[in-house]
Amino acid sequence: MSILFTIAVIALIFIVIFQIAKASEYVTLLRGEQKGLRQSNKINAWLMIVFLVLGLLGVWYCNDVYFGQTLLAQESASVEGERVDSMMWLTIAVTGIVFIITQIILFYFAYKYQQNDNNKVFFFPHNTKLEVIWTVIPALVLMVLIGIGLRNWFLFTGEAPREAMVVEITGKQFGWIYRYPGKDASFGKKYYKNIDPASNSLGIIWEDQLSHDDVVTEQTMYLIKGKPVKLVIGSRDVIHDVGLTHFRMKMDAVPGIPTTLWFTPKYTTKEMKEMTGNPNFAYEISCDQMCGNGHYSMKGNIEVVEQEEYDLWMAKQKPQYLVNFPDKDPSVKPAADSVKSVISMVKTVNKDKAQM
Amino acid sequence: MSHVAETQAAGVVAVHHDDHAHHEHHEHHETFITKYIFSQDHKMIAKQFLITGMFWAVLGGLMSVLFRFQLGYPEDAYPWLETILGKWAKGGRITPEAYYALVTTHGTVLVFFVLTAGLSGTFANFLIPLQVGARDMASPFLNMLSYWFFFIASIVMLSSLFVETGPFSGGWTAYPPLSALGDASPGSKTGMDLWIISMALFVVSSLLGGLNYIATILNMRTKGMSMTRLPLTIWALFFTAVLGVLSFPVLLSGFILLIFDRNFGTSFYLSDIFVNGVGALPNEGGSAILFQHLFWFLGHPEVYIILLPAMGMVSEILSVNSRKPIFGYIAMVGSLFAIAILAFLVWAHHMFVTGLNPLLGSIFVLLTLLIAVPSAIKVFNWLTTLWRGSIHFTPGMLFAIGFVSLFISGGLTGIWLGNSAIDIHLHDTYFVIAHFHIVMGVASMFGMFAGIYHWYPKMYGRYMNNTLGYMHFWITIAGAYMIFWPMHYEGLAGMPRRYYDYSIWESFKQFAELNRFISTVAMIVFAAQLLFLINFFYSIFKGRKVTSLNPWGSNTLEWTTPIRPGHGNWPGEIPEVHRWPYDYGKDGKEFIAQTTPVGEDESHH
Repeated sequence: MSILFTIAVIALIFIVIFQIAKASEYVTLLRGEQKGLRQSNKINAWLMIVFLVLGLLGVWYCNDVYFGQTLLAQESASVEGERVDSMMWLTIAVTGIVFIITQIILFYFAYKYQQNDNNKVFFFPHNTKLEVIWTVIPALVLMVLIGIGLRNWFLFTGEAPREAMVVEITGKQFGWIYRYPGKDASFGKKYYKNIDPASNSLGIIWEDQLSHDDVVTEQTMYLIKGKPVKLVIGSRDVIHDVGLTHFRMKMDAVPGIPTTLWFTPKYTTKEMKEMTGNPNFAYEISCDQMCGNGHYSMKGNIEVVEQEEYDLWMAKQKPQYLVNFPDKDPSVKPAADSVKSVISMVKTVNKDKAQM
Repeated sequence: MSHVAETQAAGVVAVHHDDHAHHEHHEHHETFITKYIFSQDHKMIAKQFLITGMFWAVLGGLMSVLFRFQLGYPEDAYPWLETILGKWAKGGRITPEAYYALVTTHGTVLVFFVLTAGLSGTFANFLIPLQVGARDMASPFLNMLSYWFFFIASIVMLSSLFVETGPFSGGWTAYPPLSALGDASPGSKTGMDLWIISMALFVVSSLLGGLNYIATILNMRTKGMSMTRLPLTIWALFFTAVLGVLSFPVLLSGFILLIFDRNFGTSFYLSDIFVNGVGALPNEGGSAILFQHLFWFLGHPEVYIILLPAMGMVSEILSVNSRKPIFGYIAMVGSLFAIAILAFLVWAHHMFVTGLNPLLGSIFVLLTLLIAVPSAIKVFNWLTTLWRGSIHFTPGMLFAIGFVSLFISGGLTGIWLGNSAIDIHLHDTYFVIAHFHIVMGVASMFGMFAGIYHWYPKMYGRYMNNTLGYMHFWITIAGAYMIFWPMHYEGLAGMPRRYYDYSIWESFKQFAELNRFISTVAMIVFAAQLLFLINFFYSIFKGRKVTSLNPWGSNTLEWTTPIRPGHGNWPGEIPEVHRWPYDYGKDGKEFIAQTTPVGEDESHH
């Protein structure tokens, strides 16, 4: 009922507007077309100035309200991200000045040069000097922006520092899987046909010795404050994207083609909670590439901690190899029935594979 | 308004041509079907494109209202949504499947059906023969086919909305593997088959049209109409057609490989894939990134296919209504040319974060930012065109001024995103949404509105209602800025695009109120477009009649035709052209039509 009512009201508004518009046209015709057009010309010219003033006020107001909610109000959480921020500030300055000047000129000219008996049209078809000026100046300014941009770009996409830790991150519909290389600092090989969602979500090849100390986790990735980290990014199904907005970085996760990204976290999560005054602050990994109907919920977390805390956490993690094959675990004494259960588990896993 | 008097004079000049009219053009008997349906008259085909485009604009706009509804009011349930959308809004909330289908279809339809077919389809068809002085297109038959391929493409796209698994929902860019695997997304099943078929038909339509436009502009100009005497609209439509002809086939090739991957087990784009609930796929060795190269090789020129016609029409309308020549005609043509060339060399700036070779990326940064130079030239030339003019604020003129404002606003943020070291942060956030909606979406829409208001008297022999036009303009420009300006701030917070719900995100949930505001404005602006529709269709039948041949006091050839030109445009001989189209305010004359011979005492410029 309320819907019908709303529709009726809207229709009524339309009819009223339409009738007014029609009537105003008749009035214009009655009073003489010239006079009517002159009047509406004046009104529109005034509206140009009104729009300009209200528009600029609106820009200021919008900034006033929302600037604090953007990341520009916060410091970058990565060392490299500071460069992104400084580039954005420079670009804001350049484009902001051009924006304000050209918009003012546009609407002011529109107002100033409205049709008027005193205005004589100036026949001005071209002027080479002017045109050269406004070709060369933008080109020069752009060269500066390009120069700074490319220097940073090569830093971001270049080799990670040698001391960087390496973490592998793999996207799947709809979540992230992390892998740490363990003590040997190398990942074991993997092959996607080995993937078993229950026991081997990455398809690691267990015959590869290097895989035996690889730690596989989900939900939260642990990183160390002040230590560069290189992410090796992959995907299990469709294209995803590792969006690290607080670190000012992102990179696609493409099935079959590994990509990399490196940065240096500057603050622990705890520090960020204090700095932002938000006790729930989290470094969230957002999927930034459309990946299916659950795209919006594909969330990961990064916990940046101090080295000691990281070491403690890492010590508690059990390599995936040992999770799958507890009998190989030197720290666990094989009890008779646990061996049995493992054997039966391996069997079912094999059966599953055969079915696939 | 002294130009009305001169309008009459120009009318006399045109009538004068009729005197020695010996009808070379034989009038054939036209039935309803040959006149309104399978018409080969470029003007009727233009109207067919326009009205089909308007149908899609309404539908595509309505889709955006629906998904904005979800973004603005994510936690509330509205039973009436279930009434109209059925299972796509179970319990009164739009489902994620429906949300993504709406976003995808909105993008596809607006980019291709509205702003390509509706914009360049309409105005290339309508203006090219009229402004170059031709009786019709080089091939009226191919021209008719071009429309009907578009029509079939529309039907197929429309039908995809009604299949059980839903329309395609993987984004208008249709990146595989998502678009290739029905098991990864239900929208990639039948919906995607229909989407590809529709798009393939659309490419055919676009090629038939484009080849025709090029052939007509190059070969069928009237006597005296050298290339440098063409109105800027025609130059813009010419480059648009060239861009389309060279880039659409690449898109089609990308689609064909996708069809093979989807249906025939090839691995062009697929490798190393394990789909939940299905298992590992046999495909190995393909590259998902290859599709993106093929797609954006069209995709970026497509942006200019959308924008250039608007630029051309705005140049023309600004000049006519400032009663002053366009400033820097040659620079305007040169910058169009530069943009057209560069359009082919910047596609990978959409792919900075795909793991692209950084050196290759850096070349694309350079070329991308270079586009700002011709764009800047255009803006400064438009501003100078207004300077010391005598501006008539017709609704067309208002929209042309609005176009310049939006083009500046949206163009400037391109300087941010084209720089890869900033893009690595802002890619796929709302900053991008704000950027391309302002510079390509709304700006081109404004160019289209400007064109419709300006050439409506030529199309239908009647005027649209001015008051409604003014209201339409002011509501739309204020609304467009209120919708898209704050999105920059969401983008600067890193808020990703294409999210159904932000409430679970600590980093992005602070914008709930802003999202509601944007959604509300979007609904109001959509309603304001209904004003335009009412005005458009009402005026076709009841609008004030055009009584003078040249109501705007314009120099170009279309205003030398009768008020309602028949098939063939000029009843007599096609007029001869003696000068460029921008002699406004020269030697104290308000305007001098292209058909006026150069006087002996005329000053040179």
